[in-house]
Amino acid sequence: MEVMPKWADVVLIPLFSLLIAFALSALVIIGIGEDPIAAVKMMVSGAVGSTYGWGYTLYYATNFIFTGLAVAVAFHARMFNIGGEGQAALGGLGVALVCLSVDWPHWAIALPVAVAGAAVFGALWAALPAYLQAKRGSHIVITTIMFNFIGAALLNYLLVNVMRPAGSMDPATGKFPPGTFLPTLHDILATIGIPFSKAAPANVSFLIAVAACVLVWLLIWRTRLGYAIRAYGHSESAAVYAGISPTRIIMIAMLISGALAGMMAINNVMGEAERLVLNSVEGAGFIGIAVALMGRSHPFGVFLAAILFGFLYQGGAELALFTDIPRELIVVIQALVILFTGALDNMVRMPLEKLFLALRKRDA
Amino acid sequence: MTAGTQQGRPVAAAPAIELKGISKSFGPVQANKDISIRVMPGTIHGIIGENGAGKSTLMSILFGFYKADAGEIFINGQKTAIPDSQSAIRAGIGMVFQHFKLVQNFTVLENVILGAEDGAFLRPSLAKARGILKQLAEEYELNVDPDARIDELSVGHQQRVEILKALYRQADILILDEPTGVLTPAEADHLFRILENLRAEGKTIILITHKLREIMHITDTVSVMRRGEMTSTVKTSDTNPEDLAERMVGRKVLLRVDKAPARPGKTILEVDNLKVVDSDGVERLKGISLNVKAGEILGIAGVSGNGQSQLLQVLGGIQHGTGTIRINGQEIDLTGQHSDGQSRRARGIAHVPEDRQHEGLIMEFTAWENTILGYHHDPAYQANRLLMNNAAIKDETRGKIERFDVRPPDPNLAAKNFSGGNQQKIVLAREIERDPDLLLVGQPTRGVDIGAIEFIHQQLIALRDAGKAILLVSVELEEILGLSDRIAVMFDGRIMGERLPENTDEKELGLLMAGVSGEAA
Repeated sequence: MEVMPKWADVVLIPLFSLLIAFALSALVIIGIGEDPIAAVKMMVSGAVGSTYGWGYTLYYATNFIFTGLAVAVAFHARMFNIGGEGQAALGGLGVALVCLSVDWPHWAIALPVAVAGAAVFGALWAALPAYLQAKRGSHIVITTIMFNFIGAALLNYLLVNVMRPAGSMDPATGKFPPGTFLPTLHDILATIGIPFSKAAPANVSFLIAVAACVLVWLLIWRTRLGYAIRAYGHSESAAVYAGISPTRIIMIAMLISGALAGMMAINNVMGEAERLVLNSVEGAGFIGIAVALMGRSHPFGVFLAAILFGFLYQGGAELALFTDIPRELIVVIQALVILFTGALDNMVRMPLEKLFLALRKRDA
Repeated sequence: MTAGTQQGRPVAAAPAIELKGISKSFGPVQANKDISIRVMPGTIHGIIGENGAGKSTLMSILFGFYKADAGEIFINGQKTAIPDSQSAIRAGIGMVFQHFKLVQNFTVLENVILGAEDGAFLRPSLAKARGILKQLAEEYELNVDPDARIDELSVGHQQRVEILKALYRQADILILDEPTGVLTPAEADHLFRILENLRAEGKTIILITHKLREIMHITDTVSVMRRGEMTSTVKTSDTNPEDLAERMVGRKVLLRVDKAPARPGKTILEVDNLKVVDSDGVERLKGISLNVKAGEILGIAGVSGNGQSQLLQVLGGIQHGTGTIRINGQEIDLTGQHSDGQSRRARGIAHVPEDRQHEGLIMEFTAWENTILGYHHDPAYQANRLLMNNAAIKDETRGKIERFDVRPPDPNLAAKNFSGGNQQKIVLAREIERDPDLLLVGQPTRGVDIGAIEFIHQQLIALRDAGKAILLVSVELEEILGLSDRIAVMFDGRIMGERLPENTDEKELGLLMAGVSGEAA
């Protein structure tokens, strides 16, 4: 018998975790002599109070959806892929190569190729750690985090020595050709007559992220492969009994995971920067871990958690801009949310389970 | 030491252990309901009940692992609080667990004094323990080499170390939890002699078991538990196995397997000189040869750990091996990349694995997801080229649940939420209904309640009578004797001999299981 109804598990626990994190954050803000209520108002109006705010919130959320899905898919195979950062960076390289190689006539033609380039490069960057795990038993956590550093160093080398346009002082590629510029939400919504901020970076990638959520859901819960991935993730011995090859599942799950992380690049590299710069990922790979944890590795949960973290990012940026709350404290608040929703899950779960038991006993 | 007189009163006045109104619940599950029991000193008291009846919970309360929600404990007539195991030991209670709690790379002596050292230096404690062990060995037939390392000892000897540990801590009351599960019949007999010696010295023994035969053999009184309640306590001499089984289950139970003589057909499985070397380089199968015909059950008897698991795993495609295996006359690949569970299923081999919680089922998966484990590639389960047809699978599962009487009949319930017997029925339904030529069955009734055992045995017999070959591995000799048409005994990776059930008995099989070659006898 389940201790708690399912809705309590997926809704109540993240909600309580979030409330505790917010309460602690409020205390921190009071501690430095600022007004937490005003801060919340500022964050809300900054992140969702205007289409400009929404545009940024959704832009960040798009990054987090991709990296969150990446971590979630690996989680289903009991792999802890913390290499999203490196895989997304390499995905950026893939996007840059695609965009700079041809003078693309139209974004709609460039986009599918760029998606493929991002996915292939991200998957390749996950392939070696996956192979080492599957064949040599090297722990995936160690190898993927090491590959983050290798990936950063590789991009550093390429951007400084190979891809930098002649004469430029900036370690970045040149601007992508106009044929690769993706339509922003402003452009898309304008076609159906809805006004949306022109300045915000949210773009068509958001829709691709939403589609990715649906596809991942289908993959995990509606296909043979998803069945095999989940079987392996829950019990390796049962999977082997069923004739599911652990090597194959580790490889496939990690390739999909890396591809999803890599696909983030169509948002930040192709959609926003329109060139490849150093450190383009900006920590979104790690946020993906928190997003997947909070979203319970379910695509819909990942979607909601990604929106929340997008809100925190954009709201936090507004706070840093318009109040005396220092930038570092905003990172503290985001970290508190990650800590409570991700790492301290059981702290909320245990008392809640006790509560439900007590309730059930009284009914019985 | 003898419980002769407590404060000058006669023996009968003060039970060694008396529990009054013990209750304990884990969340919504009431594991113990208002349990009262009196165990007289110098007796062996059996506690019998199905899995999940609450036996282990009760003993854990007595040994201080759990705190009872209500109730009182009296030791030798005195009310005693037992908040932890240290208090239990101080009160003179010793416990021998089903899974031994020994440090594998310590010697016997070191294990015995562990946690009961007299001071910071070990030497005096070890010397003292050596003397006491010698004395105990003579008194109770508890001979173990004090300087042997635990990992060098047989399971039977390891169990003696556990008993010695308790006696070294001056236990007067000894609780044994399923002590014979891992022993050969000969080792079990020796254990019973030790217990009788202990009883003769006035020690009180509580024996927890699900084996009716042991209860009848050695106990003075027996208490039956069912669904958390102590349903009855009787003198052993006033009862019989059928009566006890009925008290355990709450209805009449068929203990003997009812079956017609086998009508063996053509040979389905031929195994020749099969060898398996495990990942540590240890040879676990040392040249096994056997065959199973259509319409018969070949039972593999043996103490667990003598290669039976490896035999099932190679046949089921989980492990690689060398030698030849033929199914319907065709050889199967044992080492190649495609030697896996899928390839075996394609050849008509179904497998009910020994460990249903780690192999046969995925505990977090729902019942319907579990009914396709290993067969998830079957086109019948696909809606189209990409997606699975979950609705059809659920429908099929409903049918299986009905035919195999799985309770509760809910295909959406996770496997972990079914009882052991119902979990096993899910596995059996999956494997049997694939209509295999050969069914591999490991420990079909381990951890399964008596009522379900009867059903599972009937299903296996029905499959045999439908002309299928069955290879049965079980550590329960009674089960082997009851179900098999032929019996092969395994010891140390070899087959010691083959017997017909009607021409053999537990004694002869027990000798073979202990590695004594039957051919000379």
